[in-house]
Amino acid sequence: MQQTSPLARAGRALEPLAWVGPAVVLIAVVVVWPVIVMIQSSFLKISRFGVVRGANGVDNYTKLFAEPDFGGVMIRSLIWVVAVVGLTVVLSLALAQLFNQRFPGRNIARWALIAPWAASVLMTAIIFKWMLDPEVGLINMILHDLGILDAMGGADADPLGKASTAFPWLIGVAVFVSLPFTTYALLAGLATIPADVYEAARMDGASKARIYFSITLPLLRPALTVAMLINVMNVFNSFPIIWVMTHGQPGYSTATSTIFMYILKGSDIGESAAMSVVNFGMVVVLVAVFLKVARWNRQVA
Amino acid sequence: MTVTEARPRTVPARRQATTPPGRALPSVKKVIVAASAYVIAFVFVFPYLVMVLTALRPQDELREATYLPETFAWSNFVTFWSGGLVQNLGVTLQVAAGSTILVLLVALPAAYYTARHDFKGRTAFLILVLITQMFQPTAMLVGIYREFSQLGLVDSVWSLILVNAGFNLAFAVWILNAYFASIPRELEEAAFMDGAGRGGALFRVTLPLAMPGVVTALIFTFIAAWNEFVVALTLTTSQENQPLPVALNSFIGQYQVDWQNLFAGSVIATIPVIILFALIERKVVGGLTAGAVK
Repeated sequence: MQQTSPLARAGRALEPLAWVGPAVVLIAVVVVWPVIVMIQSSFLKISRFGVVRGANGVDNYTKLFAEPDFGGVMIRSLIWVVAVVGLTVVLSLALAQLFNQRFPGRNIARWALIAPWAASVLMTAIIFKWMLDPEVGLINMILHDLGILDAMGGADADPLGKASTAFPWLIGVAVFVSLPFTTYALLAGLATIPADVYEAARMDGASKARIYFSITLPLLRPALTVAMLINVMNVFNSFPIIWVMTHGQPGYSTATSTIFMYILKGSDIGESAAMSVVNFGMVVVLVAVFLKVARWNRQVA
Repeated sequence: MTVTEARPRTVPARRQATTPPGRALPSVKKVIVAASAYVIAFVFVFPYLVMVLTALRPQDELREATYLPETFAWSNFVTFWSGGLVQNLGVTLQVAAGSTILVLLVALPAAYYTARHDFKGRTAFLILVLITQMFQPTAMLVGIYREFSQLGLVDSVWSLILVNAGFNLAFAVWILNAYFASIPRELEEAAFMDGAGRGGALFRVTLPLAMPGVVTALIFTFIAAWNEFVVALTLTTSQENQPLPVALNSFIGQYQVDWQNLFAGSVIATIPVIILFALIERKVVGGLTAGAVK
């Protein structure tokens, strides 16, 4: 035991605070405080101009759950997350396998892959909306020239005009912007698999499919799990794609819970806060899962 | 690069040397692999190519259904430069630069201290950072909006700087922490013994060695703040205070859309960050998944 004066001890106890304190304060102000305000707001009656009109009990929640579109919005959010993340993972596994091969110009090809990741999702959504323009959209022109689309300018040339075609396009764009990160995470995972494992499997006469499913995929699992969870968070919170391309319309037929929350903010802030809390609850569950997996990985390593 | 590409090519060739007729096969496979990779790479840059080509269309060609513009109107960029959107570009630059500086000021000491010292609350702090990384501002938008309304910071650059810094702090702390932890303590001690002082050792030895991490954190934060849309959409009310993405988005709702202005703005907002991102691309995956794979 070292002999120290109380003052020196207090000084030493405060030292971490000087180094780490600013980060804690920033997180508290920007991340923690909004959560508290949000939960508080969900129990208040607030006009759309932000004027608090007193306590509201659980009325915001009752009103939210009674919204005729609520059920549809929640189911659509689920479809949105499962479809986007599922497609992203499957396609990324294939892309990672392809871009892991050696071929001339691989670095440049890999570099091209990052474009949708680096660019703002908003910009990508604007371009896709422009390429799907009923009259001059490039994708429509290509479909027209291939004989798939009968005429430009009509309802058929406006896939974003009706939910049955708009939602798949939204999912497609969301997959497009999620692919680069996921592929890169899997490429990083592939790089950690030692070559002699493959050598040994080949010596034993394992087929290519067998090697992939019995060696590559299991060893890729840590990278895959992390990439998937990060994707689930991003996709669940995804906003600009739907907002720019359809605004959740027609009706609420392409709106997820995030879009619904934003639209509600324009009419009833209290109800919007209630929707946020519901969303937030789901995010907390996802984070808990993530932390569990993170710790699991650490134990394995 | 051509040197490194040439080396692996000889490996399968050597293996095939005993069976000369099979020699052509791997190259066929290689051609297919390369060709599909090039096609996919093209698909990934295609939308941004369309964006550049649209930005170069003259006004009267915008509503024409042609694959390529007949004439290229480079003047669209001049028009952009003299238009009101330059103001919004300025806001974006302020927000991105401001958040980046704030993140570095806050993350550098925290990451250094947690890498070098074990203290009470260290694990709690790292878990807090990890949790922050998983949350996105969209999930708590109503709270952010009401908090900054109460603070009287709506429609101000400062609120955007604070929010962007707060939500990008985690990435910076993780990646810097990993870099500091990888630098041997002895190097710093040696410099200290040589009379450089604690500060001198830190600034002349440790920090330069951690530079790749600092640059990655810097570029990543800058791009994230530069691209941010939802918070800016929520927290800015007047047109002159909107960052470029929000200003461009408000164009779309209008009937008289200045599309070429919109796309000139999109090109300016997009192409620089794609190039910047290419510089740090390899380190970003590590930073984003650091909390989980550490």
